[in-house]
Amino acid sequence: MNTLARRLAGAALLSAGLSFGPAATPVLADTPKDTLVMAWQFDDIVTLDPGEIFELSGAEYGAQVYDRLIRFDVNDVSKIYGQVAESWTVSDDGKTFTFTIRDGIKFHSGNPLTAEDVAYSLQRAVKMNKGPAFILTQFGLTPENVDQKVRATNPRTLVFETDKTYAPTFVLYCLTADVSGVVDSKLVKSKEVNGDFGAAFLKANSAGSGPFVLRQWKASELLSLEANANYWGGAPAVKRVLIRHIAEPATQRLLLEKGDVDVARNLKPEQFEPLRGNDKIRIVQAPKGTLYYFGLNQKNEVLAKPDVRKAFKYAVDYDGMAKTIMNGLGTVHQAFLPKGFLGALEENPYTYDPAKAKELLKQAGYPDGITVTMDVRNTSPSMDMAQAIQGSAAAAGITVKLLPADGKQVVTKYRARNHEALLYQWGADYQDPNTNADTFAANPDNADDAKAKPLSWRNAWDIPELTKKTAAAVEERDTAKRAAMYQELQREVLETSPFVIMFQQTEVIAERSNVEGLVWGPSFDSNYYWKVSKK
Amino acid sequence: MPGRRHAIRGAGLLVSVALTVLGLLLVTFLIGRVVPIDPVIAVVGDRVSADTYARVRQELGLDLPLWQQFLRYVGDVIQGDFGTSVLTSRPVLEDILRVFPATLELATAALVVGVLLGIPAGVMAAVHRGRWPDHLIRVIGLIGHSIPIFWLGLMALLVFYARLDLAPGPGRVDVFYEGLVDPVTGVITVDALLAGETDVFWNALHHLVLPAGILGLYSVAYIARMTRSFMLDQLRQEYITTARVKGMSEARVIWRHALGNIAVPLTTVVALSYASLLEGSVLTETVFAWPGLGLYITNSLLSADMNAVLGGTLVVGAVFIGLNLLSDLLYRLLDPRAR
Repeated sequence: MNTLARRLAGAALLSAGLSFGPAATPVLADTPKDTLVMAWQFDDIVTLDPGEIFELSGAEYGAQVYDRLIRFDVNDVSKIYGQVAESWTVSDDGKTFTFTIRDGIKFHSGNPLTAEDVAYSLQRAVKMNKGPAFILTQFGLTPENVDQKVRATNPRTLVFETDKTYAPTFVLYCLTADVSGVVDSKLVKSKEVNGDFGAAFLKANSAGSGPFVLRQWKASELLSLEANANYWGGAPAVKRVLIRHIAEPATQRLLLEKGDVDVARNLKPEQFEPLRGNDKIRIVQAPKGTLYYFGLNQKNEVLAKPDVRKAFKYAVDYDGMAKTIMNGLGTVHQAFLPKGFLGALEENPYTYDPAKAKELLKQAGYPDGITVTMDVRNTSPSMDMAQAIQGSAAAAGITVKLLPADGKQVVTKYRARNHEALLYQWGADYQDPNTNADTFAANPDNADDAKAKPLSWRNAWDIPELTKKTAAAVEERDTAKRAAMYQELQREVLETSPFVIMFQQTEVIAERSNVEGLVWGPSFDSNYYWKVSKK
Repeated sequence: MPGRRHAIRGAGLLVSVALTVLGLLLVTFLIGRVVPIDPVIAVVGDRVSADTYARVRQELGLDLPLWQQFLRYVGDVIQGDFGTSVLTSRPVLEDILRVFPATLELATAALVVGVLLGIPAGVMAAVHRGRWPDHLIRVIGLIGHSIPIFWLGLMALLVFYARLDLAPGPGRVDVFYEGLVDPVTGVITVDALLAGETDVFWNALHHLVLPAGILGLYSVAYIARMTRSFMLDQLRQEYITTARVKGMSEARVIWRHALGNIAVPLTTVVALSYASLLEGSVLTETVFAWPGLGLYITNSLLSADMNAVLGGTLVVGAVFIGLNLLSDLLYRLLDPRAR
């Protein structure tokens, strides 16, 4: 055991009121004051490299370890502030963004953070071209031109050029995404093997300047972070954050109640409802940008009829599901932009109306009703949701046959457009409305071998007009006008689409009441541990 | 010529082991190909471009015909290459070597429980055949064998951890002891002692009690049953009567003579239950968040990480074959009649 670990162990034990030596007490009552312990299902983490992270849990990790150029205010998403950037300007034609980099920031390694590091981080993400790279490449950046388009003109100045004029907030929101986390270019370059941009190293190591440093990651087991005592924004109050992968919600609840963990992340209503009466535990609810919906494949000629599509929207018991299955895990939301996004429509025009659904089916030529299969992930709450839909749709003359399967099987089928109906969820990739418009309201090419495969494509919904409107909205520089354009798009999608959007997800977190300062933002990469402390 | 016969038998054994392993490889390979999951999506995720998708598909060799893929797979496995895990982004073999000691620790502790309780219980049952101790032991054995292990595990956690505070919760050590001891052997109790961290050692030992006890209950049932029937067999033999007539104490007759004579078949029983404990740890590990091979395979399965699932299954299969082989050899070595 190295000396640092020994010291930490000592600190942990002392603060727990114990001493070294054969432990007389096998079970400790509380976790140490300077350590935050969390139980969380984080088995989706496959990499810790900000250029590659594209999973919810990974994104949250990135937010603790890496600083970004700019961020948005979690309480008011419309406010963007500089993190590594002190200030920025946008050229008159809207194509050149110039950032001034804050002085005096140091990486965990001790290297100073400069505009070159920021440029390298963005160039690196584009050249590696992994999952999240599209957030940057949609501005016309390619591995060939990125060194030209994103560059440091001096140690304190970064220039970012786009290929066209876009809404400035669109560009800025994309730069707040995890993929633009700033990496220590000196360190990463020194770890490069066979031109991999240090990817092998960054997969399981950290090279950031954020409030926490990675100490250990064991996939599906343990993630441990250590405070960066020299953080430029002020050192965190806790010394360590330990995150244990605990798959069972019941086990998470047990550990939380016993005080073996401070935070439980994956409780279901049956676990957190009884906890509401416990004064040692606090339940926090944070709306997230994830939508629960089901899609109807338009390759199916029955489902392609507009009246049939509409019938489905009246065949779902939104309020009933919100009260039972979702019970705190989500709120009814039917438009494709989640609450909190620019232009988000907060009207929910559809309610459960089986008679109307029947009428619509009759108009479509199916007086005796229809039968449809629905693919669904065999996890909670998707399965419960699917069963509820099955029940409510039956009363509307729609027989739903459920095909539950593992998540990856469902996606495989979805991507091949082999489904009839399919229940899934969709999470926003960045905070700009284009992220969801681009997938729910655009389908540039409906051919089977199309390059872009948004959700509209997956459901074979051919919409050249809406595609054009979506493209126009992202170029609109007047924010008010732009918001109006998205509202119009949402209304059209609500009216005509093969998507039945039902809920916006709420993340429910159970914390011990002596824990303070955890920030649960609207996306996973805006959950922050930086200011956490324990009384 | 007994020597030659041995050699032929040995060769036959080797061939049959080789064939078994090959069969195992074929089955695991086919399972990996039959599941309706696109392995490319498992690697690159859901939203990549068509180019990246095609590149990775080729990198994975999925564009080759099935038989070529199988040959490649066998070739790789022979060289110790089980592929890379999607979940951990590391070579599967490395992962398995890291998690296997935890399973070994759990299964070994469970085996100790099984042997220490199972053999005396079996002897008792045989000696008191048909009377209440026999019935009691058989009923306990039946319960131990038929109650689902995950349910028993959850109940044990609820009672001994949540209610009575007698045992620590899930995991190999309390969370804030995690990572304090550098892995040398991977068996945390041993590593803690090597590092001189007695508190971690005690903590780890406490964490071992519940899962090992519950897992051990399974082999208690099996070992007790087998011991009982071996014992009954012995107690009928003439030499036992002779010993008793000679005035030897009953305890000496039973524990020394009879038990001594069933030591050989018992070795096989113990080896076989060790193998099934290693397998049976899958559910126990899930309930107790025990980061061993069982949990690794379960997690891999849930995230469609086929390389890891195949590698893990192969290792479990190989251990099973290995222990079978070992018990077979021991049997031959110890019991002259088997030669």
